[in-house]
Amino acid sequence: MAQRDPCMEAMTLVAWTFDALLGVGLSWLAWRALACPDLFKAIVLFIAFGLLMALAWVRLEAPDVALAEAAIGAGLTGALLMAALARLRDTGGVPNALGKRNRAFTMRRTATPTTDERRDDRLPEPSPPGSPATRGRPGVKAFRWLALSLLLALASGLGYTVLSLPDQAQGLQSAVAGHMDRSGVLNPVTAVLLNFRGYDTLLEMAVLLLALLGTWSLGSLPPARAESAPVPVLDTLVRGLVPVLVLVAAYLLWAGAHAPGGAFQAGAVLGAAGVLLLLTGWRLPRRLARRPLRIVLAAGVVAFVGVAVVALPGGRQLLEYPPPQAGILILLIEAVATVSIGITLAALFLGAAPADELDQ
Amino acid sequence: MSIEFLYALVGVGLVCLGLHALIAYAHLLRKILAINVMGSGVFLVLVALARRGGDVPPDPVPHAMVITGIVVAVSATALALSLMRKVNAATGRAELPDQDRD
Repeated sequence: MAQRDPCMEAMTLVAWTFDALLGVGLSWLAWRALACPDLFKAIVLFIAFGLLMALAWVRLEAPDVALAEAAIGAGLTGALLMAALARLRDTGGVPNALGKRNRAFTMRRTATPTTDERRDDRLPEPSPPGSPATRGRPGVKAFRWLALSLLLALASGLGYTVLSLPDQAQGLQSAVAGHMDRSGVLNPVTAVLLNFRGYDTLLEMAVLLLALLGTWSLGSLPPARAESAPVPVLDTLVRGLVPVLVLVAAYLLWAGAHAPGGAFQAGAVLGAAGVLLLLTGWRLPRRLARRPLRIVLAAGVVAFVGVAVVALPGGRQLLEYPPPQAGILILLIEAVATVSIGITLAALFLGAAPADELDQ
Repeated sequence: MSIEFLYALVGVGLVCLGLHALIAYAHLLRKILAINVMGSGVFLVLVALARRGGDVPPDPVPHAMVITGIVVAVSATALALSLMRKVNAATGRAELPDQDRD
């Protein structure tokens, strides 16, 4: 009988404890983020939740997903939420961080009951849809108990389904591994993203562009209130950090072929650089903010479709790269996509077309 | 029960937490947070179950799908936040108007 290695056992115990703590931490952070009365704290807790999720991805041997989650899921989503909260506060309904309301905007609106102003940012009263606040206590309580019990039933049903799945399951690893020599890259996730399931990625980039178009079509923002004096820490940080971020993005793009990385992670880092620049008050020069910007934004999708179509003559299917050139084609798509994704994410943070903002 | 199922159960818990918050809170920003948490829960289930192969590396196809999902989630969040901004500009409150009160 083989001697059980006490060191290995200790490692397994440590790993299990870590995973259990991580799971508890994730659930607790999610609950606190959703239940916190203060919206600002809720968003900060959500960003922390995103970073713990990145840790969970690393534990699950998914480093590509960890990079994407940390950059996009925690970082950029958090930035978007913060910007949205700041704009909510600017339009007067919600007290800002100093407790002051923006009087100019409050005057313009029709009268709002003061109780609602407090409710926007404070107590998360569970308000069941369609039930006015004047209904008696028992009705609301009964509905809440019903909702909770239904959710518990759903949770147990889903949990049972998950637990009844086989312990060992042969996924598509062998199928992917069998075709890696024809994919043009060494990283299986990049091969799946850009080659085997390239159609999904093409549509995903179109979705990102579509979200930007939707945001732009919703009209321009109200003029930003007069900004305070430039913050030295932010300026120095941005001056030092933006070139480093561009370098890191270029590295992630290049490394995506053989190591964790890729176009989306690199594009997210570029997007973060763009967000930092926007925070300092920098805006695109007017002559670049119209056609050149739109060309760069669309370039990702256009390049992908172009490469997909150029593989057609020669009797191939759409998106079926010729194996000798597959690596170069993937790198070309990823390079254009990185720039396009980065600028799209920064533009989503800005929230309105730069030209519209300039016109005000 | 191996480690993958622990994370998958945490994912199920996150989906239900997010669903509860989506139903319970009226503020649109909270609803958007809830949907993001639900999305993270679904991704956890997908990636956790992809690691059931034993000694072989995990299945890369769910990883690619989750990366796609993260990008789509941020796009949807950005659009939803713009819509919330318009609702707030139109009605003065970051909540959808309650039908019974009109």
